[in-house]
Amino acid sequence: MQETIEKVTKVVKKKRAKFPESYIHDLAVAAEKHDLNDDELDELIRKVKRAYERAKVERGEAVGTVAAQSVGEPGTQMTMRTFHYAGVAELNVTLGLPRLIEIVDARKKISTPTMTIYFEEDKRNDEEFVRTIANRIGKSNFNDILQDFHINFAEMNVVAELDESKIQDKRLEYTDIIARIEKAFKKALIDNSILTFEPSKSNIRELRLLADKVRDLQVSGVKNIGKVVIRKEEDEWVIHTEGSNLGAVLKMDGVDKVRTTTNDIHEIEKVLGIEAARNAIIYEAQRTMEEQGLSVDVRHIMLVADMMTSDGSVKSIGRHGISGEKASVLARASFEETGKHLLRASIRGEIDHLSGIIENIIIGQPIPLGTGSVSVVMKQNK
Amino acid sequence: MKGVLKKISQIDFGFMSPEDIRKMTVTKIITPDTYDEDGYPIENGLMDPRLGVIDPSLKCRTCGSKGGDCQGHFGSINLARAVIHVGFADTIHKILRSTCHSCGRIKLTDSEINHYQEKMDYLMKNEDSLTNIIKEIYTTARRDKCPHCEEEQEEVKIDKPISIVEGNYKLTPSEVRERLELISDSDSLLLGVNPQVARPEWMVLTVLPVPPVTVRPSITLETGERSEDDLTHKLVDIIRINQRLKENMEAGAPQLIVEDLWELLQYHVTTYFDNEASGVPPARHRSGRPLKTLAQRLKGKEGRFRSNLSGKRVNFSARTVISPDPYISINEVGVPDLIAKEVTVPVYVTDWNMEKMKEYIRNGSETHPGANYVIRPDERKIRIYEETKEAIIDKLEPGFLVERHLKDGDIVLFNRQPSLHRMSMMAHEVKVLPYKTFRLNLCVCPPYNADFDGDEMNMHIFQTEESQAEAKTLMRVQEHILSPRFGGPIIGGIHDHISGAYLLTRKKAIFTEEQAIQLLRNANLSAPDRTGDTWTGKEIFSLLLPDNLNMVYRAEICRKCDECLKRECENDAYVVIEDGQLISGVIDEKAFGAFAGKILDHIVKEYGTDRAREFLDASTKLAIAAIMNIGFTTSTNDEEIPEEAQERIELHLHKAEEKVDQLIEAYQNHELEALPGRSLEETLEMRIMQVLGEARDKSGEIAESYFDIDENHAAIMALTGARGSMLNLTQISACVGQQSVRGGRIERGYNERTLPHFKKGELGAKARGFVHSSYKEGLDPIEFFFHAMGGREGLVDTAIRTAQSGYMQRRLVNALQDLNVKEDGKVMDNRGIIIQSTYGEDGVDPAKSDYGKVVDLEKLIEEMRIKSGK
Repeated sequence: MQETIEKVTKVVKKKRAKFPESYIHDLAVAAEKHDLNDDELDELIRKVKRAYERAKVERGEAVGTVAAQSVGEPGTQMTMRTFHYAGVAELNVTLGLPRLIEIVDARKKISTPTMTIYFEEDKRNDEEFVRTIANRIGKSNFNDILQDFHINFAEMNVVAELDESKIQDKRLEYTDIIARIEKAFKKALIDNSILTFEPSKSNIRELRLLADKVRDLQVSGVKNIGKVVIRKEEDEWVIHTEGSNLGAVLKMDGVDKVRTTTNDIHEIEKVLGIEAARNAIIYEAQRTMEEQGLSVDVRHIMLVADMMTSDGSVKSIGRHGISGEKASVLARASFEETGKHLLRASIRGEIDHLSGIIENIIIGQPIPLGTGSVSVVMKQNK
Repeated sequence: MKGVLKKISQIDFGFMSPEDIRKMTVTKIITPDTYDEDGYPIENGLMDPRLGVIDPSLKCRTCGSKGGDCQGHFGSINLARAVIHVGFADTIHKILRSTCHSCGRIKLTDSEINHYQEKMDYLMKNEDSLTNIIKEIYTTARRDKCPHCEEEQEEVKIDKPISIVEGNYKLTPSEVRERLELISDSDSLLLGVNPQVARPEWMVLTVLPVPPVTVRPSITLETGERSEDDLTHKLVDIIRINQRLKENMEAGAPQLIVEDLWELLQYHVTTYFDNEASGVPPARHRSGRPLKTLAQRLKGKEGRFRSNLSGKRVNFSARTVISPDPYISINEVGVPDLIAKEVTVPVYVTDWNMEKMKEYIRNGSETHPGANYVIRPDERKIRIYEETKEAIIDKLEPGFLVERHLKDGDIVLFNRQPSLHRMSMMAHEVKVLPYKTFRLNLCVCPPYNADFDGDEMNMHIFQTEESQAEAKTLMRVQEHILSPRFGGPIIGGIHDHISGAYLLTRKKAIFTEEQAIQLLRNANLSAPDRTGDTWTGKEIFSLLLPDNLNMVYRAEICRKCDECLKRECENDAYVVIEDGQLISGVIDEKAFGAFAGKILDHIVKEYGTDRAREFLDASTKLAIAAIMNIGFTTSTNDEEIPEEAQERIELHLHKAEEKVDQLIEAYQNHELEALPGRSLEETLEMRIMQVLGEARDKSGEIAESYFDIDENHAAIMALTGARGSMLNLTQISACVGQQSVRGGRIERGYNERTLPHFKKGELGAKARGFVHSSYKEGLDPIEFFFHAMGGREGLVDTAIRTAQSGYMQRRLVNALQDLNVKEDGKVMDNRGIIIQSTYGEDGVDPAKSDYGKVVDLEKLIEEMRIKSGK
């Protein structure tokens, strides 16, 4: 393969074509697949070069507007229904128009955060290992590991009996659980698997409250993650979670740091940086579109993602993000919060250079786009 | 046509000082009345003639120009006491909070001042947003001790909307103004007030500008009654209170009364600026309607910005109902003669077109290819009348402009709202036709998303040669066959075009020579050289294809068998085109349909848009000729299935319903096992949904097996992709299936049950909205009710979705509209910030790409091999 790539690179160079790397790769793959001889490869590259030249964007093209329309127009054809069982029947994931709006809004709190956790090569098929990790990640309450639980009104206490088999099943450590309980409840009597809790004040109301509190005590799990589902996907074990905490999960041993991901864009930004966030926006938006059976060219989504991440942080599309930070007063005033922008501009003494589209429409001049961005200069004959 | 002579290079925003306001004032307004008993405007009143005129017959007393030319002149009101400007109440509060009440300095230490000053200078040099830094200053400067004079500070609070309270004492606007006056110029910059254009104390008004009458014209009703503009009403209130306050102050009235009046004045000035300020009861008209004051005039969708500045009303446009015409080209639009005689194209008279122009003028405005106006070089516009015709013709010479009628071949812009993408506005060639509707080719319905149930469309006529030329090269329909969204065709055959092409090209379609020639004639094709024997449909269709076209693909009717028989396909779904001859396979949606047409796609990309237009025009005409020749109709008889099939379906559904009952029983006996991470109830629901879904699909499959694509026209439509789907047919003939609300089975209604016909807690198929009947059979009342529930949800959904996606699109467009590709291939916005260093990472325009790729390598290699004969 490497050889073919080199060969293709050489021919491409000879033809003085400037191909992006992905093209050279594709060409090499095709050359190997069809076993092209040198002449054929030559011919192929010549043809690709011609097609590439023809397909290039025109200078001055309003790529922004086209991208916005291409992403926005299919919105009318999307479903509104928030939940869909995408792939994993056990988990609800927001899809369709609401999800797309969530992505372009760059919401801090998305409605259904979820993670897909993959494992390193040697652990991929180790079901036992994956289950252990899953139980460490997934949230378990005290209630989940009990055999018996009752409130003893006569003695004013709560008695709980641990279930060894359930603890085993969840691959938890007895000592860990006890430590957690001791930390949370000071008045807890521990006698092997029998635990007795006493309320701080001796009345029935307190007792009942205590019972609920005991049952809801979280004994294991990563913060912000709820349910987990383990699935075999193409002969490897994968964990899907409800809730997301990328930073904590990536620190775990055996987790594949490369493929493990979340659908929370802000979390990706925080943990992996802005380029990763940009890729996440592209991936999430494209997945949402594809799931609805709509095809939108990646380039459009890329442009939206690049615009959202251009200054190093994820900004939303709208008045609190890109549109609210525009340089032009008129552009901001014509979008939303007209009064606020005009008043502010007046005391700050802002200057509008009228370089954008909407400003020029407002004052009735040709817009600086496409054929409007060029002009003819006449050579003076003396 | 005049070019742009002057270009506005920038707009500076600033604040008016009281002196500025007085300077521009032509008169002081003192009297709250407008007109006297005789209907003449009162001097020093709100309608003072010096403020400008509207009536074209009058002359302005200030500037001397006629009404219409005079843009009006401001007056002013001297306020007896200062009032706070609502829009700045918040800023005033923040400034007072950040400054010392005794020395007036900003409550920052000298080092902080230097630090922020530097930062701010830097930002101002780059013309970056100051919002964030100013916010930061406001928070740091919120100290309880002044670092300059060591004075203890009381907390300054704002009592929304406009009262400023310090400690427990409410500051009067005059006191606020005094404090703001103390602030030095250098401090005011840090506080967000640019001293070059504004002073902090100007935010407290002492003099109020009165806009000219042209801004607030009064309307005379038919009854002769005058109705004043909302702004005038508000100004009347202000002047009245202002006068009273002045009188009371002069008379030395008690403090209490003066303060009350002052407050009232503040209220009126507040609502004059913004009648929707929070915390202020809106001022109302006598009828109870809230007044539309200054802020309301600018704000929102109907405000000045969005409705008059970003969008403008235009001349030379027309709108009417659309109707179909399969016989015009996709590039054309049928324009009613009535419209053609109304909207015009300006043409310069030259020596070469003089005769033609004279002919137009001679025809006048009543006869079709005529003209309505002549514009002389001195810009006088002369209407062409029967009587003046000859005189105009005599005077006509080069340099005159003739506004001639629209005629065949003119380029116009055609549009249907909502304009969601650029294909919603395309350039068409005019074809003047009788009757009163716009006519358009059916192939352009998908990009416009138009149908003919009463849709209306707009047409705009280009008024300059440049715009016409530009539209012709960039906006013509044929240039938009490929959508920039996914790089495939968005214009193509629909409905009968597809059924027709299928009927024409299927295996059993054989035509006599006479029929064949008839078809070709209808499609406007020249008679072929071959004569004699019979023709197959494929041979006829092949005449449309380019001679060297080679293609292989699977048609829409492909059943996706496990093993493809390729050319021997039983359904004739394997399409092979060799050297422009259709060897095998049928022509259906995959060939030239909108969104899917592969042949069309190939022709656009390889042979150009002209050839593609020809192909599309000819193939759709041929398809329509074929469908009319062969005959095509559908009725409920098409959805008839034999009794045996019905029994099989019945059996199947029955089994499924039994299975549902079993599941419920298992659930009730606690035998059901929950799916991981789901409750028992959820598991049960999911299992039931699955069983019933399968049951519907299975019964559909049974019904489907009885639909014969050779005989059944409904099946032809569904399978070729012309209209309808197999699901529609099976719902009609076999079983409608589960109705859903909010993604699940129906559960709402009465307490623990959907309808009183069921027991409480009943979970069976029927009780939760499974429609066992088919549409043809008819739904029973219960099923009908559930069906209506599902249907209603669908309607609500659509309504909400359009609103939501519309707003999302507006935001997206607004955020991205300033981007464009620069000469070096970079994508930049208008501030010069690089968004992408190469557009889309490879610089390829999706509209020119092949479904996102530059080329299909596989296709290219295959073609190469065919050519080299391997």
